[in-house]
Amino acid sequence: MNKAICLKVAGLSKRFGGLAANNDIHFFVEEGEIVSVIGPNGAGKSTLFNCVTGVYKPDSGNVFFYGKDITRMRPDKVCTLGIARTFQIVEVISEMTVLENVTTGALLRYHRIKRAMEKAGEILTFTGLYEKRDFLGTELTIADKKRLEVSMALATQPRLLMLDESMAGLNKVELREILDLIRKIRNEGMTLIIVEHVMEAVMQISDRVIVLNSGKKIMEGTPKEVCSDREVIQAYLGEKYCAIPK
Amino acid sequence: MVTPANFRVRQIITGFAVLLLLIGFPLVVRQSFHIHVMILVFMFGMLGVAWNIMGGYAGMFSFGQAAFFGIGAYTSSYLSIAYVVNPWLGLVAGGCVAALVAAAIGYPCSNLRGHYFAIASIAFAEIVRIVFNNWKMVGAAEGLSLSMQNESFTNFLFNSSKLPYYYIMLAFLLVSLAVCYFIATSKMGYYFRAIKESHKIAEVLGVDVVSYRLMAIMISAFLSAMAGTFYAQYILYIDPGSVMLLAMSIQIVLISMLGGAGSIMGPVIGAAILIPASEYTRVALGYKGTGVDMLIYGLLITLISMYYPEGVWKLFSRIGKKLK
Repeated sequence: MNKAICLKVAGLSKRFGGLAANNDIHFFVEEGEIVSVIGPNGAGKSTLFNCVTGVYKPDSGNVFFYGKDITRMRPDKVCTLGIARTFQIVEVISEMTVLENVTTGALLRYHRIKRAMEKAGEILTFTGLYEKRDFLGTELTIADKKRLEVSMALATQPRLLMLDESMAGLNKVELREILDLIRKIRNEGMTLIIVEHVMEAVMQISDRVIVLNSGKKIMEGTPKEVCSDREVIQAYLGEKYCAIPK
Repeated sequence: MVTPANFRVRQIITGFAVLLLLIGFPLVVRQSFHIHVMILVFMFGMLGVAWNIMGGYAGMFSFGQAAFFGIGAYTSSYLSIAYVVNPWLGLVAGGCVAALVAAAIGYPCSNLRGHYFAIASIAFAEIVRIVFNNWKMVGAAEGLSLSMQNESFTNFLFNSSKLPYYYIMLAFLLVSLAVCYFIATSKMGYYFRAIKESHKIAEVLGVDVVSYRLMAIMISAFLSAMAGTFYAQYILYIDPGSVMLLAMSIQIVLISMLGGAGSIMGPVIGAAILIPASEYTRVALGYKGTGVDMLIYGLLITLISMYYPEGVWKLFSRIGKKLK
């Protein structure tokens, strides 16, 4: 069965001075997939996110979203087209309540505050933060802040959601909760790209995994294939994961 | 138990009571100086509200509001002197000129945040002041004197009484509060607050940061310029040394911050405390030439910033919640 191509990245490169943070990266993501991007620190995962969402302007290469060239487009335009994201270092509006934070996101599609707030309420119910809707952004725990950030991203009604290390620093229970949430989001028909270091999680939820090392894509495949690849094990996973797929 | 709706009704009733008091005030208190102080309270309240839209909501800490104030004052005065343009039209023209200048200076400053924006705004305002100080067409350092002939509402000119000025300035203040209320409770206000937090977060929520920042600056400039035209029509004499001073820009920031930046009424409360404090201590002690008045004024500012760093507005809202 042929699915629509949601995101296509072709020959993307981004240099910072002498450092090639992204070097000729090619990949595509089909609609409805969960694709994980893994790799050691400094491999260029966040740079890739920033180039796709317009936060950085890539030096060369192209990014296509449902066939539309979005290379070097401003982040707000990219968001309006339907790509939402979270940040590695969590970003919420600290002076606003949880509900107001999500309402700000919803205002992209609903111009009236009342409607946007209703929508924000629905999203908070979906993500399980509704009980804390009157808390200020600053008053939340890290786990809740990450959940809030996901809620804000969802409020812009994206077709593609990109999560940058939403699971880092969480305990086992919080991890399971966020995994459940990601599955729930996928079941709503969303396409997801996630950057993640928590391998147990990556292996569980990903349809495909892309491995970056020193700015280059070194491997792409199902979690099983990636786990059994020598180069990936050497570059990133270590021998521990070698045993899993066998 | 008071419901939120009840609380809201109480707020509205309080607001109307205060408004009635303000309308009645000059009918009871006839001394012209007290009325003058109230006019200054309204004027600086309006300037504070205007600052608050860009500083308190959108996070652009401008230390150059006097430039917009001055541009408003100069535009209407110059048009009135050179082309006999009605001051009310001049008021609108001044607002538009200030908004255009604001856009022209705001656009290249689109990426400046925090201290850097503040520094740029000081530089901008000083450049404007120096230009006007040397610009022969608008009277240079001598300034402009407005005609005192033909007192009437249409001419925005009243010699025999301060009352009309009092009510006009009160009306201007109410207009600026209405604008601020509308912004705070609309999409624009939410987007301004997101921009204040960080450009990065605003952008990924789909906010066109550059445009929204320009909107904030332009609205703020327009309102400040309105106050400028009022000042020109009230004092009937302007020069760069009275309408474009850095000290005035700083006073506007002080009023807004100490009153409560990011709240609708904060700057008005700030003006209501600081302006009378400065005016009455000046009158009572300033003639001695010892600077005691400035000491007292400074002490007041220090105390407020120590005990209510988020603004006196916090105290009011805390009392409000207690009553609830």
